[in-house]
Amino acid sequence: MNQEKNMDYQNIPRELFTKVQVDQGERERIGRPSLTAWQDGWIRLKQNKAAVVSLFVIIAIVALAILGPVFSPYNFAQTDYSATYQGPSLAHLFGTDMYGRDQFTRIWYGTRISLLIGFVAACLDLFVGVTYGAVSALLGGKVDAIMQRIIEILVGIPHLIIVILLMMVLPAGVGTIIVALAITGWVNMARLVRARILQLKNQEFVMAAEVLGTSQKNIILRHLIPNTVGIIVINAMFTIPSAIFTEAFLSFIGIGLSEPQASLGVLINNGYSVLQSYPYLLICPAIVIILIMVCFSILGDGLRDALDPRMSK
Amino acid sequence: MNDKNVLVSVQHLKKYFPVGKKQTLKAVDDVTFDIYKGETLGLVGESGCGKSTLGRTVIQLYKPTDGKVIFDGKEVVGKQSAAEHKEFTRRVQMVFQDPYASLNQRMKVMDIVAEGIDNHGLAKDRKEREEMVIRLLETVGLQREHANRFPHEFSGGQRQRVGIARALAVNPDFIIADEPISALDVSIQAQVINLFQDLQKERGLTYLFIAHDLSMIKHISDRVGVMYLGSMVELTTSDEIFEHPLHPYTQAMFSAIPLADPKLETSRKRIMLHGSIPSPVNLGPGCRFAGRCPYATDRCRQESPAFQEVAPGHFVACHEVQK
Repeated sequence: MNQEKNMDYQNIPRELFTKVQVDQGERERIGRPSLTAWQDGWIRLKQNKAAVVSLFVIIAIVALAILGPVFSPYNFAQTDYSATYQGPSLAHLFGTDMYGRDQFTRIWYGTRISLLIGFVAACLDLFVGVTYGAVSALLGGKVDAIMQRIIEILVGIPHLIIVILLMMVLPAGVGTIIVALAITGWVNMARLVRARILQLKNQEFVMAAEVLGTSQKNIILRHLIPNTVGIIVINAMFTIPSAIFTEAFLSFIGIGLSEPQASLGVLINNGYSVLQSYPYLLICPAIVIILIMVCFSILGDGLRDALDPRMSK
Repeated sequence: MNDKNVLVSVQHLKKYFPVGKKQTLKAVDDVTFDIYKGETLGLVGESGCGKSTLGRTVIQLYKPTDGKVIFDGKEVVGKQSAAEHKEFTRRVQMVFQDPYASLNQRMKVMDIVAEGIDNHGLAKDRKEREEMVIRLLETVGLQREHANRFPHEFSGGQRQRVGIARALAVNPDFIIADEPISALDVSIQAQVINLFQDLQKERGLTYLFIAHDLSMIKHISDRVGVMYLGSMVELTTSDEIFEHPLHPYTQAMFSAIPLADPKLETSRKRIMLHGSIPSPVNLGPGCRFAGRCPYATDRCRQESPAFQEVAPGHFVACHEVQK
């Protein structure tokens, strides 16, 4: 059978063969559509279903945190002693607390405060951490050694002790919590950025820029920072939930925000004391904080896989 | 050889790196050579012998420990004003080894190629800049559409050509090619080498071509320098070095090239060297090759040989040859 087939091939008359013209331009053509690194990342992120769902949940929570208190007929601090400890109803979607304050308004107001703390802490981390890491990596030598020792000392002292001591000294409030979180939070970011820039600094494309006479400023702005953005975004994504959690923890043990201010930690603390009689006061804020933490973590993971594919594969 | 034609003169160049507290790694140790206008000087040697360090020191990516680099009559090392350095960066360019690491992933090819144009203000406006980039891309065999793409979309050979276009953008006189083909497929190597040669013909470029592929060096170079452990052991014309290598290291290295003719190939004798390359950290006195050289004498172990002209245009650093 096989033999026959081969014979067939040999019997093809030569005239039937023609030369294929390879077009030089065709050879150099790239079939794939032109995409930026961000578009590429977005396509990869979209393939990760959990990350997309998380993204929408986060968007929904942020929207509710912004709009919820605005559209609610109640004020977050407005008490109504005729309606304490009401169960969930049409008038009060999530019920009311011991002073008759509307839990729905308080939860979204608290979420707003928690998210604000998370975002501001992440921004401060970003600013301090990126600057510190970049300066340390770029100057190198002794400066780098000293800056790294400072970081090691900071890492050596337990984070919570610094935060708790600060909370004792400074007046209670959102600002203090943010300051306390920012003082220790940037260390991770600084280390990541430093490591990344050290790695990039000796790559050939930076040398090529030097050889072309690019100024130091442009090397940093056009070559080093854009290649660091991926890990900065990813790390910031992980900073937000950890800042929110730390705030909730501080409020829960009673040294964070205090009444009538509401944050998710304060609400959970209040709900915890009446857990057996009115469980909805604990469950609703707990669900919101769990959703925030889980969704940011999943989205952070998804972003890491999407923006920095080398790390996952 | 006429002094007027010397474009780059490297004199007693040294580059030491500190290793630990008291040790130094002599990556380039007392290297002297000239490069003539319009020629290709090939630089060969095994991995780690300092070829790339030499190239990078000449182009001022590294600050030399000692010695001079004279480009077009002007001393380059440490004596340049900011304006002179800028002019130097326009006239001297480099093509790098790794086409994957040498292009910034986050920039479009248009901006990568235009970087030199922007730095030196070579284009009047955006439109001229765009036209210049497209002309450069076409020069290296790429197309107009490639300008708006990102480096990760290209193949290795295409990337290397983008790298060449970037170097050409400032219209340089002298290009240092640091193993530009060693990371490429064999089928693509010829394409890139031919591009280098065509560009030299069209633009009268001068190359310092660093490679470890001996047959490629033979093909492209006018003169060849052989490096061993940070120093140059032999330098002469391409034909001379392949036909009459004088230094025992060069002889051993070139005896390793396989011959295309099977009959000659069976009679080819390889000079096998014994021992391995000593570490370039804290070398003792004497010729660096003495430990592996079949002809080494006591003098070789005591005294380091000078790099001398033994025949017109043929420099060797070896006591035995110089006798």
